[in-house]
Amino acid sequence: MLKLVAQRFALGLLTLFAASVLIFAGTEILPGDLASAILQNNATPESLAAMRKELGLERPAYVRYGEWLGGVAHGNLGRSLANNRDVADEIAPRLKNTLFLALYAAIISVPLAVVLGLLAAIRQGGIYDRLVNVVTLMTISVPEYFLAYVLVKYFAVGLGWFPSLANVTSNTGLLERLNLTFLAMLTLVLVIVAYMMRMTRASVLSVMASPYIEMAMLKGLPKWRIVAQHAFPNALAPIINVIALNLAYLVTGVVVVEAVFVYPGLGQLMVDAVSKHDVPVVQACGLIFAGAFILLNMTADILAIMSNPRLRHPR
Amino acid sequence: MRLFGYKLNITATIGLAIIVLNIAAAVLAPLIAPHGQADIVGDAWADPSSQFWLGLDNLGRDIVSRLLYGARLSIGLSALITVLAFFIGIVCGFTAAAVGGWVDMLLSRVVDLLLSMPILISAFMVLSVLGTDLPVLVVTIALLNATLVFRLARAVAMNIAALEFVEAAKVRGEGLWWIISREILPNAVPPLVAEFGLRFCFTFLLIAALSFLGLGIQPPLADWGSMVKDYRDMINLDSPAPLYPAGAIALLTIGVNFVVDWMLSIHSKGHGEGA
Repeated sequence: MLKLVAQRFALGLLTLFAASVLIFAGTEILPGDLASAILQNNATPESLAAMRKELGLERPAYVRYGEWLGGVAHGNLGRSLANNRDVADEIAPRLKNTLFLALYAAIISVPLAVVLGLLAAIRQGGIYDRLVNVVTLMTISVPEYFLAYVLVKYFAVGLGWFPSLANVTSNTGLLERLNLTFLAMLTLVLVIVAYMMRMTRASVLSVMASPYIEMAMLKGLPKWRIVAQHAFPNALAPIINVIALNLAYLVTGVVVVEAVFVYPGLGQLMVDAVSKHDVPVVQACGLIFAGAFILLNMTADILAIMSNPRLRHPR
Repeated sequence: MRLFGYKLNITATIGLAIIVLNIAAAVLAPLIAPHGQADIVGDAWADPSSQFWLGLDNLGRDIVSRLLYGARLSIGLSALITVLAFFIGIVCGFTAAAVGGWVDMLLSRVVDLLLSMPILISAFMVLSVLGTDLPVLVVTIALLNATLVFRLARAVAMNIAALEFVEAAKVRGEGLWWIISREILPNAVPPLVAEFGLRFCFTFLLIAALSFLGLGIQPPLADWGSMVKDYRDMINLDSPAPLYPAGAIALLTIGVNFVVDWMLSIHSKGHGEGA
């Protein structure tokens, strides 16, 4: 098993490396380089040449890639083109905010989704199960900002229970912060709970079709014991996988939700940088998002390997 | 009601009705919209009235009319991109499966690489350099979508390519194009149709999200996503304005997902009965 885990880990690192090449190359291969992106309509051949020289664009791409990657490894992400601030300084507080929101949503949604998914599996074909199927299908179909604005309309503007803007600053206390980000968290929770419980239900049900479950039923065990003691442990690997994949979904879901609640997170920073063609910031944010995504996918696979009893012992 | 010889369930019927309604709205927009999409017909944010059912928007334009015209851009563009993505994905996927060897290897690794990042983030990377012109949006999103179509098309074709009748065609000396279009394609249709629905939803939501973030459709053009962005501040003044375009987006995606869910369920049932 150790070998399998090590292999998957190495593959994860390789993917991360490949993604960094892609992120760097994306701004290189595409027509129109950094200099023309900065100058936009003011570009004359002379000013372009001067800007290229200033940015060091006349050197070969692989040299600049090496420098960029070396800088990233030392926490030096370059300078923003928009305001010349250090990108790492710009990103650090925003990354903290985004992690806070993602963690807040994850802590609440994971246990909720697993329990609700198991309940749906126990009551398969019943009213609860069918209702859950339709409601979750609707929840995962609609865009996040629709859910978010419905929540804002009723809970913030209508009832006045929660604030509609998550305008936290670095001095906001924890309780205040939890309150300000409540609706943003709730939006994310609604979406991932719907996804996770559908997949939890599906993986428990596929285990329920196996012969040993039929055996347990013929022994006359109560349904909840069959699900909890026989089906659930065997469905654990796919469920863990589901959880990690949904946390990976959070990586992009958070971008839109931050925009709705004007939350000062990494997603907002990246969106601003994209519209301003601020390539160093876009690259840094892209690398962080891609890294989180790759890390979660890798964790999912490794946990799935580790929770599979057949792989736990060397043959 | 029946479709393709299968009985529709309640949710699929509702879904189908929603889709037909949306397409009708998009096609007939110039005929049924009470006002032009850019016509300023009154004061900004005028309340709903018998003349303007949902009121007027930030510039005094009729929201109902803008929703109808927005349907054309949102739905038309997503359909175009999805068709493009399917064309690229299926051609590459089937070729990879039929030819195999280094061609398959190369295409598959490129797709793995592109999918190692979330698609929204990849789109951001491209848009930050190329800007948000319409052709850029179309090609970028079509290519990113094509990667997912490629994986499915390749897997489906691999399964079919292993069957005897394809082997027979190869032995007969048929050309690659003949094998792809006459042997593989007809048998790959059912899974690809369901996938088309899902890809359409994904594209539709991605464009709307980009527009909502200000990185998609740019003014004076307006799709439903950019309407949500334009109306968003009104939510704090207790006006449901952003919910109309957001609700229109939500309704269509729910409709398509209901139909796809039904298609997948008959598909899996068909296999279960050994059909």
